Amino acid sequence: MSEDGRTVRIIQGNEATVEGAIAAGCRFFAGYPITPASEIAELMSRRLPRVGGTFLQMEDEIASINAVIGATWGGAKACTASSGPGISLMQEGVGYAAETETPCVIINVMRGGPSTGQPTLSSQQDVYQARYGGHGDFEIIALAPSSAQEAYDLTIKAFNLAEEFRVPVYVLSDEIVGHTRERVVMGGKLEVLERVAPSKDGYKPFAAGPDGLLRGMPAFNDGYRLLVEGQHHDERGIRAGDDIDKSATLVQRLNDKVRQNIDRIVDIERIDLDDAEVAIVCYGSTARPAMEAVQTARSKGIKAGALRLRAIWPFPDAVLSELADHTKTLIVPEMNIGKLVLEVQRTAGGRATVVGLPRLGGALHTPEEIESAIIDAVKGGKAQ
Amino acid sequence: MRKEVRIAGFGGQGVILAGVILAQAAGAVEGREVAQTQSYGPEARGGAARCDVVISDQRILYPKVRRADVLLAMSGQALAKFGQGLDVVTGKVVVDSTLITEIPEGLPPLYRLPATRLAEEEFKNRIVANMVMLGALARVDDTVAFESLKRAVAENVAPKFRDLNLAAMDRGYQAVEGPGLDSAAGPGKGQRS
Repeated sequence: MSEDGRTVRIIQGNEATVEGAIAAGCRFFAGYPITPASEIAELMSRRLPRVGGTFLQMEDEIASINAVIGATWGGAKACTASSGPGISLMQEGVGYAAETETPCVIINVMRGGPSTGQPTLSSQQDVYQARYGGHGDFEIIALAPSSAQEAYDLTIKAFNLAEEFRVPVYVLSDEIVGHTRERVVMGGKLEVLERVAPSKDGYKPFAAGPDGLLRGMPAFNDGYRLLVEGQHHDERGIRAGDDIDKSATLVQRLNDKVRQNIDRIVDIERIDLDDAEVAIVCYGSTARPAMEAVQTARSKGIKAGALRLRAIWPFPDAVLSELADHTKTLIVPEMNIGKLVLEVQRTAGGRATVVGLPRLGGALHTPEEIESAIIDAVKGGKAQ
Repeated sequence: MRKEVRIAGFGGQGVILAGVILAQAAGAVEGREVAQTQSYGPEARGGAARCDVVISDQRILYPKVRRADVLLAMSGQALAKFGQGLDVVTGKVVVDSTLITEIPEGLPPLYRLPATRLAEEEFKNRIVANMVMLGALARVDDTVAFESLKRAVAENVAPKFRDLNLAAMDRGYQAVEGPGLDSAAGPGKGQRS
């Protein structure tokens, strides 16, 4: 099937992730297989050699992320994929990528934890790990697809954001998104940010522009004088961990370059929010029963809506704050013990009632369960 | 209209492949919306396995099966676990009568065929019992056209096993017995209305 150079296939979210990565220019993958992310490594091992790329099965996940960082500085767009304990093992490397401003993509097909937990079932338990998994102060970007189509689209976007912001970007998929086979439209005109080689004239690899972002991305063996250093460093990359001012400046910028450019990252879908009294704040696979619950509630005349977050980190404070001003109740269904609901509470600041709808065990919320939370919220509102 | 099909048995029977073929038939061949999910244990063979396919003409939000319209049961355990949730009037159950001898109470009328025995005796390959069951699905329900299933097999099964799988599917289409089925029906007539 093809129209406008586009292909339509029925594939798993994990396969869509691979196709998205390759479409975005990814030519290097290093990983170690783990359920429910294994299909990504498996398919990468078949696809990458055919497009001139490299697949490496590493000895473990910390080696994988480090190989990805090396490949990136070698000139390739690169990613890794894992789940659960594998992502935990990567954390030192994620921090190193943030410190060295290495653009890379980490696909976490979330499963239930802690520890080896639930290999074959889904969760959204790693949303804070993505944000706070590494030690030290730094910001990352995390995107949360809800479907196989979005696994494709948001993986492309993740590569673009990684290049633009020079940060590690997570694709926070989950077992349901990763393993559900459904329609995916691929190819056609895609927005892909190509890597630009900076001018060598007086080049300082870590000298940022006024927006805090580094311009272009150099590669080793291309004639640049490069020092990539995990300790704090100056604009030339020279170690400066003992320099209080330079260290403070760097860490501040590593955070500000994401926080202060959040408008370029916010990615949301508003569903029936204009007159909504109750809004579901949702992301990832739980957004699907949430959106169905909103449809059903609307058909019964209940003023319900949904705010779906496709980018969850940096958290879109301003969007949530505005929503809290216009909505009585915010309901947050999550397949975890109740995590992003804390961000919603923080941003709502008491201006809307925030109700968590946590779910453990690996099963997706049903639309009925979310709808009854909507009905409870409406009844509660009337009783007051 | 949303249709939910569940194929359940144990690991190693190919229940997931059967669901994948069904999803490809409805989605890739017929161009409809599909969501195919699965549930399985950490072990590769022997544990409970199931594959769910939701087919719709509209965008599928909730991707999971709530109440299957059709259950293809390939183990007694699967029938006991998932049979009870079916609508006794509109639901349909197809059982592999080679493996399922005890039928619990409270099920909709059954369709039966000895899928595993047919696979072993006629095709010398137990592994095609899943395709025998899929053939039966096309006969008892109009979820997807039989021709679409055949095309999906041709496009998704390795060439050297293609004819074997197609023949197994035909056999299932012919062999299934149950309420309202004309025993003389030949293959290829199960068009979706």
